[in-house]
Amino acid sequence: MSELFDLPSDLQNSYFGLVALHLREALIPVLAGLLVALPVAQLCVRVRWLYAPVLWVTTVLYAIPSLAFFVILIDYTGLSELTVMIPLAVYSLVVLVPAIVDGVRSVPQETLAAATAMGFGPVRRYVQVQLPIAAPAIIAGLRVASVSSVSLVSVGMLIGNEGALGNLLNSGLIYNQPRLIWLSVVGTAVLALLVDAALIGLRVLLTPWMPRATRKNPRPLAVKEAAR
Amino acid sequence: MNVLNFINSFFSDNAHWQGYDGIPARLAEHLEYTLMALGIAAAVGLPIGLLTGHTGRGGNALALIATSARALPSFGLMVLMFILLGLGMAPVMIPLVVLAIPPILVTTYEAMRSVDPAPVDAARGMGMAETAVLFRVELPVALPLILSGLRSAAIQIVSTATIAAYVSFGGLGRYIIDGLYQRNYEKVVGGATLVAAMALTTLAVFWALGRLAVSPGVRRRH
Repeated sequence: MSELFDLPSDLQNSYFGLVALHLREALIPVLAGLLVALPVAQLCVRVRWLYAPVLWVTTVLYAIPSLAFFVILIDYTGLSELTVMIPLAVYSLVVLVPAIVDGVRSVPQETLAAATAMGFGPVRRYVQVQLPIAAPAIIAGLRVASVSSVSLVSVGMLIGNEGALGNLLNSGLIYNQPRLIWLSVVGTAVLALLVDAALIGLRVLLTPWMPRATRKNPRPLAVKEAAR
Repeated sequence: MNVLNFINSFFSDNAHWQGYDGIPARLAEHLEYTLMALGIAAAVGLPIGLLTGHTGRGGNALALIATSARALPSFGLMVLMFILLGLGMAPVMIPLVVLAIPPILVTTYEAMRSVDPAPVDAARGMGMAETAVLFRVELPVALPLILSGLRSAAIQIVSTATIAAYVSFGGLGRYIIDGLYQRNYEKVVGGATLVAAMALTTLAVFWALGRLAVSPGVRRRH
């Protein structure tokens, strides 16, 4: 068992150390993206005309290839983890803003009016009514963002071995060890699926009020998910 | 400012415009990878998406396929295919096609499902055959969304084809990978600029395609 997961010592890490590093490099940017996306999306909901230009900017940003983004950043942040995490945060932001805007907009007018009539202020209404109802849409966005983030971290290997599990790809090639490449590919895929499953679990926990069928498969969101 | 200087000196160097490592040659290689992968992915994804969307069956299976395909890391898959299959087109095409099928497949399915049922019923009531309903009513209405699926697939292919250079293939990634190894930052930045420009051009091409192919009546609603 231990032999299967043995790594060359120049990686200076164990396999599960790399897994932890991979998770960190993939998920911190998604969290950062979420923290920026929430106020941006709220602004787009409030100021309606802002949404179309914001959507254009996000589409263009998403079109910038990850490797190009990484290497341009080298000049500013060096060969560091940050150089990998900044583009991933931008991609997450780009996926999350439309997801949140659509989610928050889907809250029915009557529900908002009812909340106001019950004496909810704008902040409390946002936190206790709009966000929970938008939760399935937000989590759908988070799923796409985090799965693609997990997959993209590997590319960081090309800029000074900052790719966590992706670093195994290089070791596998230079030491002629296909086992390491399999470890990288299978490990990354399993990690992506586990993160995805965890987010589905989170959605079920956060939306106890949704009927089972729609909770399992909120149809209109699938288009948005797929379009990314 | 620094980066802009690098870009300027890369593009003004005459040597970068000639020969097998020149910009036209690398651009052509990149375009070839992109078009071929997009063609294969569309040939697989579009018919399945149109058919399942038309009949409304198999949506859950498609979502499952899309999720698992997305979980596969393209970079790792490309290296793995390279050591398994060696030099050739297959190690480049397999990861790119796997990458491009989910957006095409699922968006096409959802685009067909979201077509207003009233005109489809009207078409059937007028006596249109199923194929006519599919191609003359549903497809034109679903076209904007279908194109957006093809667009995201194309953009992801353009950006991922860059990585093929790491496992000895051509394309614009050659400048980035070679530049990194040679510590020639000018080359790296030049390559990155070219890839980004190609991705943005793809965006523009699909925008133009949408203007041309989508009927004005449908466009006004979007």
